[in-house]
Formats: sequence, C-alpha cells, structure tokens
Amino acid sequence: MQQAYDSDALVRFSGVQKTYDGENLVVKDLNLSIAQGEFVTLLGPSGSGKTTCLMMLAGFEVPTSGDIFLGDKRLNTLPPHKRNIGMVFQNYALFPHMTVEENLHFPLKARKVPAAEARQRVERILDTIQLKDFARRRPTQLSGGQQQRVALARALVFEPQLVLMDEPLGALDKQLREHMQLEIKHLHEQLGLTVVFVTHDQSEALTMSDRVAVFNDGVIQQIDTPDRLYEAPSNAFVAQFIGENNQLVGRIASIEGERCQVQVEGGLSTGAILVNVREQGALTRLSIRPERVRLNGASEGLPNRVKAHIEEFIYLGDHLRVRCRVGDNSQFMARVPVTDFCSSLKVGADIMLGWRDEDVRALDCTQP
Amino acid sequence: MLQSETQTPSAFFDGRSLKAKLRRAERWRKIKAAALVLPLAVFLVIVFVVPISNMLWRSVDNTELMQVMPETAAHLQAWDGQGLPDEATMAAFAEELRASRQGGGLGRIGRRLNYEDPAFRGLLMRTLRQLPVEQPVEGWRASLQSIDAAWAERETWRALQRASSLTTDRYLLAAVDLQRDDDRQIQRIEAEQRVYVSVFQRTLVIAGSVTLICLLMGFPLAYWLATLPTSQSNLLMIFVLLPFWTSLLVRTASWIVLLQTGGVINTTLMATGLTSDPLQLVFNRFGVLVAMVHILLPFMILPLYSVMKGISPSYLRAAVSLGEHPFIAFWKVYVPQTISGVAAGTLLVFIMALGYYITPALVGGPSDQMVSYYVAYYTNTTNNWGMAAALGSLLLIVTLLLYLVYHRMVNQKQLVRN
Repeated sequence: MQQAYDSDALVRFSGVQKTYDGENLVVKDLNLSIAQGEFVTLLGPSGSGKTTCLMMLAGFEVPTSGDIFLGDKRLNTLPPHKRNIGMVFQNYALFPHMTVEENLHFPLKARKVPAAEARQRVERILDTIQLKDFARRRPTQLSGGQQQRVALARALVFEPQLVLMDEPLGALDKQLREHMQLEIKHLHEQLGLTVVFVTHDQSEALTMSDRVAVFNDGVIQQIDTPDRLYEAPSNAFVAQFIGENNQLVGRIASIEGERCQVQVEGGLSTGAILVNVREQGALTRLSIRPERVRLNGASEGLPNRVKAHIEEFIYLGDHLRVRCRVGDNSQFMARVPVTDFCSSLKVGADIMLGWRDEDVRALDCTQP
Repeated sequence: MLQSETQTPSAFFDGRSLKAKLRRAERWRKIKAAALVLPLAVFLVIVFVVPISNMLWRSVDNTELMQVMPETAAHLQAWDGQGLPDEATMAAFAEELRASRQGGGLGRIGRRLNYEDPAFRGLLMRTLRQLPVEQPVEGWRASLQSIDAAWAERETWRALQRASSLTTDRYLLAAVDLQRDDDRQIQRIEAEQRVYVSVFQRTLVIAGSVTLICLLMGFPLAYWLATLPTSQSNLLMIFVLLPFWTSLLVRTASWIVLLQTGGVINTTLMATGLTSDPLQLVFNRFGVLVAMVHILLPFMILPLYSVMKGISPSYLRAAVSLGEHPFIAFWKVYVPQTISGVAAGTLLVFIMALGYYITPALVGGPSDQMVSYYVAYYTNTTNNWGMAAALGSLLLIVTLLLYLVYHRMVNQKQLVRN
C-alpha cells in the first residue's frame, strides 16, 4: 500500500476531476498512484467513473482539472499517439481489413521500427500467445478467445510503458473468461507489465489484481489488495459490492478501542469491529460474510448467537446456502460446506446462528 | 468399423425420407416467397427485360425491306454482287414496288434506303410513277434502266442488297464513327463527320467528374454525419434529402437563374468587386457539373453514411493508441473499412450520371450534350430507331464493361478484407 505513494510511481493521478456537462463531476478529486509492474484494477458499477479514468489515462478524454503523470511526463496535453501506452479495447478493435500479422505490425510501423526487428518481435509475441499458425488469418476468422489474445499481443508488441485494458473479457463466455483471466495474469508476471484493468466483474478483479480500486460515484471508495478488500471493506458500499454480504442495521451501544457493541433492531446485540463509524449511539450497518456464520452446534461457544428461521436451501454443488430470517431480515445467508450439512436442517425449522466479534464490521449507514 | 460408421446414420435417419420431409416442410415457405417476389418479377419483365431486349434488337434490326419486299430480298440475298442482278430479281422488285404503295410500305423502305443514299426515296418515287402496268416486252431490266439510269448501276443494287439482310451492323458501326466501304471493309468515316466517339468520351468524362466531385464532397460530410449524435445527424440528413422534395426540372431551372450572367451569383460577385465582368457560369461544362453534382450528391452520401455508421469509433482510437498519427490512422484504418460504401456510392452516381439528359440539355452548351441527348434526338426528331437503339446499346455495353472492371477491383479489395 505504501509503495503506491512513492514518488517513483509509474502512473500518478493528482487531484483529477472530470465533468462532461459542467455541472456534474464524473470523477471527483482522484488521487491514485500505480507502481512499476503493478496490476491495478478499477472496479465499479457502470457510471462510477472508472472508464473515464482509463480514457483520461489513454488520452481520449482530457481532465477538467488536476494532473496525470506517466513516469515524470505530464500527460494532460500529450496527444494519445505519443503516450506509448498499449490499450486493449472492450470489442478488441482488431482492424478487420488486416491479417493478424498486419495488425501486430501496425504499432511497429507507426514507430518506424526496422523491418527485421519488427518481424522478430511479431514472431516472438505470436509465440507468446500461441497463435503462430494464425498469423495470416483475418480477425473475423478467429474465435473470441483468439481475437482477445491478438488484441493483447497488439497492445504489448511495441513494449509500452503501461497497458490499459477496458473490460477486455466482457464478450467471452464464462469458462473462456476464467481461462483468459489466468492467462493475462501470467503474462503480467512473465513480462513484468504494468497493467490498469477496468471491469465491473468483482471476481475478475479479485482473481487478477495486485490491488483493486473500487469506484463509486466518481470517488475511489477503497483501494487495497483483493484479500483486504474482501475481508476488511472500509465502508458499506465496498462490503456490499465485493462478494456476498449479510447486512444488519443497528445502533452503537458502547465502544472499547477498536471494538464496539451494537444493538440491532429486534433485540439482538453483537460485538463488532469499528470501521468508519465513530460515535456512540450512531446508526451503523453491520456486515457479516455468509461463510463466517456458523449453524447450530458449530455456533456453540461463540459470543454472538441468534435464533433464526430457515427459509430456503440453495444447493451449489460444493456448498449449500441457507437463507434464514433473522429478526425482520429474511435475506440472511449462511454458507455451509456440503460435507458439514446434517439432515436435521429443514425448511421451516428454527436454528441457532453464531459468529465471532471480529467477523462483524460496523460500517456507515449512508448507503441504502 | 468403417462399415458400422457408414451404416449408423442411414439406419437412424433414412436419408431419402428425411430429405423428402424437409422438402415438404419447406415447400410452403418457398411458395410464399415466390408469391411475394412475383409482382416485382412480372413488373421487371414488362418494363425492363422486354424494352431492353427490344432496344438491343432494334440496334441491329434490318427487316424493313424483308417485310415489304420479301421476294426481292430473297433474290438479292442469293445475288453474288457481281454485275447486275438477274431479270427475276428485277421482276420481283418491280412487282413488289408497285404493291408497296398500299399499307405504307413504301415510306418504310424509303426511310431505310435513304440511310444508304439520301437520294434513294426520290428514286423509288420516280420509278414507281413511271412503272409500266404490264410486264414490258423488253424485260424489267431495260424498263427500269430506261426510267432511271441509277438502276443500271451496280451500287444501287448493292445498297438494296445491304438493306435486305435480316440484321445489319451499320447502326452500331455508325455509333462509333465507323462504316463499311464498298468492299464491306470496316473503316472510319471522314473526320468532319465523326461525332459519337467524342460524345461517348464526353459522357464518360462528365459522369466521371461528377462522381469524383460527389465523392470528394460527400465523404467528409458523411463522416461528419456518422460521428454526430443521432438526433443531430437525423436533422442534418433531412437537409441532405431536401433536394429530393423538389422536381428535377425545377432544381435545374433554378441553377440557370442563379448562374446566368445577370443571375444572383454574378451580380453578387460584381457588387463585391471580385469580378468586373459577369462570369460565364451556365450553358457550359461548369453549369452541367454544378447542377448534376447537386442532384446526385445524396446518392453518394446515403450509402457512405450507412457504412460509416456501422464502423465503431474504437478502431480509430485503437490505431491512435498504437502510436499512429490521427490523420494517418484515419487513412489506414478508417478509409479501407468504408470501401463498400465508396463502391456503392460511386457506382450509383456514375451509372445515374451516364444517362443524364435533361440537365445537360438545359444548363449545358452544345459541347456538353451526352449520349442520351442523341438518343432522344434520333427517337424524337429523325425517327431513326436503329441509330437511337445502337447508341443506347453501346452505352449499356460500356456501362456493363466498366461495372465488371469495377466489380473485380472492389472484390479484390473486399477479398483482402474478409
């Protein structure tokens, strides 16, 4: 985390704002540093400003105020074709009238790389993406995954300082997408690339990234490693956006250091980690991950226990999700490995749920 | 193994019956499709195939003499062209000449034979007036020769012979300034009579320039329209299509008003002091080009626009992000993808321009008239259907040839693309 703010960061957004209509800010005061060799994902719902940030970095949008640096170059006024940034587009944007080879030669010709060296580089990159036999084909003769790899190769072949990817896997089916996620991740490690990746798919972001910046409403809500983001969301939006999440609304009864005691509507009282609410008596939204909730016997001895009513079972192969009613919240999920499932659990039965204090995070209550 | 593989499918799906089932299932669909196409097919046959075949036939049609003087024609066809035809030919000719007075036959062969020699109709009239009622004792040959010495000349009969075959190439040859001499050899006509080769050249040059100007003006406009938001581009598209709402004649006439020596443009130019004398802007090539481009521009813009609308802006962005200068990126990445639109637009404009008649006739000078003008001249003024059809057919052939060349060129480009 600390390295990101080093002065030798490769990419630096400093106080960047962007508005299209002069009234609403699409990006509000963005400060972000990306280190050399880092894989950073900008994650957020559509309209959150993540793509605008990428476009400003690529040079297709101009920041309304603030500065963007690449190395020690100020990018604001530098036209996109002089930025030396590789970009992979959502629909690949492979030139349909050129072969795979010609597509790969395109950036090299633009840079006037000598022909012999260009041929060598294209051959090498074709080797890397394992599409040597397809060099003479046109993009339309390739499958989606192959097109994706060519688009990637085209953005890498001129050895740019930085690679941008704008939802590059959105058009692929699930299996291929997961395969490509790993392939891109390995390529990143293998070639030591610096990557800025935009997606709205959280599992994609968690799989691939060194760090993930969660965007909402033009602001980075949290920027952190995938595990920290999942385990320790710093506000209610991130908790709700990343992974599955049980929410209970309550009022802080007492505070002891980093811990607090929360009184939930409906009589339940639980301990929690204090995150971004500070005063006693404030409203708070509690976040509990479903896999941290223990059922019946397993919940014995835990400090926080509550009686719940089983509403539904959802079978997912490797695990089972149990939808329960806790107080007036009928969407409370618990996640049970199939091996731990016992037949005494039935829809309509009453069970005890339990969790530890440190599995509960007391967050702000601003998000609906 | 192999046997079982080949047997399995046929055992499960009896190929024949499956095909029959498919045919039955598809039959209704095919009937419906045919019924939907039928009206257009009938329409095309009536207004397109029939008239065009008729025109092609008329450009070589030589049956006037055959119809009016069938026997004479048969005799002349058998004649070797040496000396003079025999007595039987002359007798048949005299009989049929007399008979041709009824039913307008004389007029028809007179018009046809006048193309061979402008004095022929007079000769026929004179001969008919003095033709003896009974077979003369001295024979038809002597009798005809006594009426007019022309009948003693081999050339007169050769002309009749030329007019007696089923088809002739004289119109087609004349349409490219050629003719056959007395020995049936093709040669160019005298220099001062040559017209049509230069008319064809002029037609191609005018159509080509109009197409080029339309492309140069239409391409940027179509690009601009394609990059605008839909609401704005729809509004501007109305302006592009606005000229269609007024008649072609009105639009052409208004160009005369604008461009003539005392017209709006000349008075403005002189008032601002840009010129001291009025410029000749109309009744010359300039006027023709302006008026034709004005009319044909939408036909260039529409196909270009529809193709450009389908090209994602991310191609240009990708090219620029890969380090190419925006102008070069546009040329190397965007323009090649518009080829099919350019092809459709230029072809449409060029072929429409080839057939222009009213506009050059109204705003052009004598040296700006295109092939259609002469076609109209021969059909309306001189009633020479053979010549009109020959010019029309040649224009059709030239157009088809150009289209083939063009098609091959564009197809090669497209092959590169796909």
